[in-house]
Amino acid sequence: MTGARSARDDPGQDFSALLEDSAEDLYDNAPCGYLSTLLDGTIAKVNATLLDWLGYQRDELVGKRRFTDLLTVGGRMYHETHFAPLLRLQGEIGGIALELRAADGRRLPVLVTSKVKTGGDGQAKLIRTTIFDASDRRSYEEELLRARQAAERDRDRLQRLASTLQQTLLPPKLPDVPGMRVAGYYHPASADQVGGDFYDLFPLTGDTWAFFLGDVSGKGAGAAVVTSLTRYTLRAAAVYDPAPAAVLNALNTVLNHEHRGVIKHFCTVIQGLLTPDATGCEVVLASGGHPPALVIRANGALDVLETPGGMLVGALPDARFTTVRTRLSPGDTLLLYTDGLIEARSELTTRFSEEQLQAHLEAMAPTSAQAVTDALAELLREFGQGVDDDTALLAFSIPMIADHG
Amino acid sequence: MVQVDVQRRNNVVVTGRADGPTLLLAHGFGCDQHLWRLVVPKLAERFRVVLFDHTGAGKSDRSVWSARRYASLDAYAEDVLLLCRELDLREVVLVGHSVSAMIGVLAVNREPDRFAGLVLLAPSPRYLDDDGYRGGFSRDDIDELLASLESNYLGWAATMAPVIMGNPDRPELGEELANSFCRTDPEIARVFARATFLSDNRADLAAVTVPALVVDSAQDAIAPPEVGRYTHEQIPGSTLITLDTTGHCPQLSAPEAVAEAISAFAGAL
Repeated sequence: MTGARSARDDPGQDFSALLEDSAEDLYDNAPCGYLSTLLDGTIAKVNATLLDWLGYQRDELVGKRRFTDLLTVGGRMYHETHFAPLLRLQGEIGGIALELRAADGRRLPVLVTSKVKTGGDGQAKLIRTTIFDASDRRSYEEELLRARQAAERDRDRLQRLASTLQQTLLPPKLPDVPGMRVAGYYHPASADQVGGDFYDLFPLTGDTWAFFLGDVSGKGAGAAVVTSLTRYTLRAAAVYDPAPAAVLNALNTVLNHEHRGVIKHFCTVIQGLLTPDATGCEVVLASGGHPPALVIRANGALDVLETPGGMLVGALPDARFTTVRTRLSPGDTLLLYTDGLIEARSELTTRFSEEQLQAHLEAMAPTSAQAVTDALAELLREFGQGVDDDTALLAFSIPMIADHG
Repeated sequence: MVQVDVQRRNNVVVTGRADGPTLLLAHGFGCDQHLWRLVVPKLAERFRVVLFDHTGAGKSDRSVWSARRYASLDAYAEDVLLLCRELDLREVVLVGHSVSAMIGVLAVNREPDRFAGLVLLAPSPRYLDDDGYRGGFSRDDIDELLASLESNYLGWAATMAPVIMGNPDRPELGEELANSFCRTDPEIARVFARATFLSDNRADLAAVTVPALVVDSAQDAIAPPEVGRYTHEQIPGSTLITLDTTGHCPQLSAPEAVAEAISAFAGAL
């Protein structure tokens, strides 16, 4: 059967009756607040929803109050310093969290969007504002804010803990060695984690001093435990038998015992002895897998103290370590460093190579322990984000003759 | 000694007549140099106009900002002087809006010889009420403001933080500056708000020796007219112009009048 259905049968008619909901009624009773103001903020029009939320009568607001009068003090400042300027410059601004103050003093968290209405001549006429109740969202935000603050506090505590722990792994102050200049530097790659780099310098019997500098694999608490063990083993072993290769053998034995059943940490170390005399200093050192120590000679030459065959300490039960000797004369500087330095990346792309380091140092000759660590520390600061590993530096120098006294 | 590149640090923009007298425009708490946009074209006809963003604001180099240094207005005044030295600006008329009016007072008092004059736009030497002084805000009000900055953390961060400038993959976003020039890092905004709203520079006003012009709005929720009058009365020999406009940013609500006031004052020096 065809033909027109009667209006009574048409289910669409009820629907359109609903749609005939007047624009005015929609404005007044919309599920959000509507507010129109003059350019100076004076309220010109406001809908029933907003009046109801705030507990005001229409004639208490229209022509009498400004939009900013409805805001809390903080909101008013924010409005004057951010909201209004942006609205002027952009013609609109959206989704700004503010609080309205109701007639009874209650605060209503809202999200505010405003748009400037311009006339046919392009001149701004009035400001239309839509206001959404954001009470639920605000409590949710406050929850997030609290969680964020708690996380920030935890992070601060972690950083303090990490830096305290780090300090226990380094000597608080390097001792004075007669006739020599000594300088140490430590650059943490991250404030959150304890690095595995360490160094120390301490007197043995008579006129001999022992030193070491090294790098334990890994980071964090596990590495810190091994670093601590390594440090105390090296100090104790040096007292028992100061020969550097013997000290590294002792450490190797201790680390291999330590490993049973746990994640393996090993390290690279240079262990050495200084014997200063009237004209300079005798140096003997042994290395276990560590980048070679460098001597920047007074005349500009650079000696690389290679220790061929020196193995990682703690990796294998029967490791072998090689010893090398040299002599420091006035104007010479001995530098030990960990690989954070040569792995540092400049401009986040190219790595600072061992060759670049050596060229950099040669150009500094003659230098001193303090000058060389200062220069490298500055370089590390310039690398900034490019330094992704910790770096430790330890340097010794004999002052030029003129410096004596 | 590390050389500070002030021009880059403070996103310095120089425009206008190269041979004209120099105006240095300092924006206030909230946005950045964009706030001068409506007055710059007019001023540029007659003056060399130098614009900048305070450290921490706008397109300044935020990496040099630190909470400790910028906890007081002196740091901002030092930045202004450093900028003048680096650009070799002399006979400068410094125009400071809002808190920058007081930053300007601190700067001209330190190096009066460098400045030909000072314009204080919507200034307030002290926002807090005190015995016999009405700044317009109680301690509770200021605490509430600081707390609101705290609680706007998320709303602010969510609506304002998207970094839409300097995205090389999407150059079209450069056009869409929505909200970005008033984008404020919440941490920086908190420190700046504290430095601004807790400062008391009343005693510095009497020390101003350069010619000064005070310009304020008839209606200003942040710096009410009595504060403008107080500022004028305390600065020896200053002039006061109260504009028939509303709001804390007369350079936006009444740009012609502001440009004219600055121009007449600076042109007569």
